[in-house]
Amino acid sequence: MGKTIIEKVWEKHVISREEGKPDLLYIDLHLVHEVTSPQAFEGLRIKNRKVRRPDLTFATMDHNVPTVNRFVVQDEIASKQMSTLEKNCQDFGITLADLNSPDQGIVHVIGPELGLTHPGKTIVCGDSHTSTHGAFGALAFGIGTSEVEHVLATQTLWQQRPKTLQVNVSGALGKGVYAKDVILSIIRKYGVNFGTGYVIEFTGDVIRNMSMEERMTVCNMSIEAGAKAGLISPDETTFSFLKGRPYCPNGIEFEDAVAEWKQLATDPDATYDKVVELTADEIAPTVTWGTNPSMSITIEDTIPAPEDFDTEVDKRAAHRAYEYMGVTPGTPISEIPVQHVFIGSCTNSRIGDLREAAEIVKGKKVSPNVRAMVVPGSQKVKKQAEEEGLSAIFVEAGFEWRDAGCSMCLSMNPDVVPAGERCASTSNRNFEGRQGKGARTHLVSPAMAAAAAIYGKFVDVRKLETASV
Amino acid sequence: MEPFVIHTGKVAGLDRVNVDTDQIIPKQFLKRIERTGFGQFLFYDWRYLDDETPNPEFELNLPENQGATILVANENFGCGSSREHAPWALGDYGFKVIIAPNFADIFYNNCLKNGMVPIYLDKADIEYLLDQSKSADYQCTINLKEQTIQDNQGFTRSFVIDSHWREMLVNGWDEIDLTLAYEEKIANYEKQKARA
Repeated sequence: MGKTIIEKVWEKHVISREEGKPDLLYIDLHLVHEVTSPQAFEGLRIKNRKVRRPDLTFATMDHNVPTVNRFVVQDEIASKQMSTLEKNCQDFGITLADLNSPDQGIVHVIGPELGLTHPGKTIVCGDSHTSTHGAFGALAFGIGTSEVEHVLATQTLWQQRPKTLQVNVSGALGKGVYAKDVILSIIRKYGVNFGTGYVIEFTGDVIRNMSMEERMTVCNMSIEAGAKAGLISPDETTFSFLKGRPYCPNGIEFEDAVAEWKQLATDPDATYDKVVELTADEIAPTVTWGTNPSMSITIEDTIPAPEDFDTEVDKRAAHRAYEYMGVTPGTPISEIPVQHVFIGSCTNSRIGDLREAAEIVKGKKVSPNVRAMVVPGSQKVKKQAEEEGLSAIFVEAGFEWRDAGCSMCLSMNPDVVPAGERCASTSNRNFEGRQGKGARTHLVSPAMAAAAAIYGKFVDVRKLETASV
Repeated sequence: MEPFVIHTGKVAGLDRVNVDTDQIIPKQFLKRIERTGFGQFLFYDWRYLDDETPNPEFELNLPENQGATILVANENFGCGSSREHAPWALGDYGFKVIIAPNFADIFYNNCLKNGMVPIYLDKADIEYLLDQSKSADYQCTINLKEQTIQDNQGFTRSFVIDSHWREMLVNGWDEIDLTLAYEEKIANYEKQKARA
């Protein structure tokens, strides 16, 4: 019987399999950032251990960095965390894309951008959105700091073999419907933990027809469905994205690599432990109204009533969400005003995302009631957007144009939403307090966020004229 | 890591679903470079009011939950971010055992790596424990070797935990030491890969 890509990649990386133990898995690429690594390096020092493969380890700083006046870190503790990463990378011989590097950016943006991410690799990082790299057919997952230390010391992890889950999205997306709407719709339909214990493979025409950037948006939020990882079998779209990237093989070696990568795709007769389906006509521009990513509705809907939830526990959670979010059942989402717009994060900060937003913004002005910012995912994305004239479109409209970092996705740096105010955000989590204590986050696509900036509320982007950029 | 064999302690209930790691330890406290000292920030935004005084309505601030070492939670506990600061904060606060109908994968793993025992129980058992936890002197005993949990009112359940992780916890072994014993296998794998 055939195998899924998940099984193929897993099997290629098993170093040791013994009865009564998890598999010992080899890790091909370890990405490191400033927040979840200091304690791991400290652990190595205490035990006098080395980093086994500094050449398979790559670090950057993204979570804490200011996105304006980036060399002036006013938060002393944040500054210490960044200088600690510098010292750790120096002491242990790890390449670091620091604030001076043209390669710096959000770890899940720069991995693919530099061509560090390849099909068939096992990739880990002390960050739950590591699933992003699955878009290339890599098995990529987030780990805790103890596991970061374990990978630094041994280049391996003990892992239980996950179950496999196919999420098939068939049909064709209409105008104004984007990858973000696809993944939010999947999570709305199946819940925030339907993926727990599984690795997802996304399949179907909708996924096949996506660009690499759109695929990254989908895989990025696999963790919001509870999945260990989410991936997509590689194809020509994948290979042409990777060709010529700095850390990719060149010439004949690239052709050899492609031939090998082609073998990874799931076999036609392979089966999964679980299969779920979504069709494109179920997907419309989506806005979250509550405090987890499954609490979403389409732009045409109203805030759901308590009766719409099946269980007592869910009803209680809905009541908490109404209160925290300051929304009332029955209110059309299109009537809710926003005060902040954030276009950025490892979910939606790539060049394609910025083009999508700029098409809406071009020639218009940000509402006087809104503070809007664009935070490119990497310094390279920033440069490209400036060369393409996208930054000029944003700046002329009244957006703030920032340097690369995680920024308002989790507001560890000074980019914070004040209590009680609303933010239309292209990030991945609408948890309580995520963008600031008492801040109210509504997750949307870059196009929906751009439109919210112009109109000061959520509008149906399917009905808007878009400009070419 | 300190070995975990048997533990008896007071039970606190937190009857909420999808408690994410952003709630367990909000991001403003992730900037420390140590593993210790996170207990004071556990559930910070729920635990304290805007004026930084304890929120009297928050579950862990209730008088009956003071001194608890066992936390009973609800579905999908620990979802969201991979931050290991979450189990560090729970452990530093005093919890040694977390019981829930299910956990998010990364959080579950992070508990195991810190000598904290995550236990899955059926929803009906969770309901029972949540109900009992309202009494101030309610205690349970967890025997990890036997994989049992019991109280003094006749409630006894066995629970499932992977035998590998159970051994690691019971013996308090260092996982990296254990893996370094596989050096030859790892080196061979690397050699083969380089040839391929």
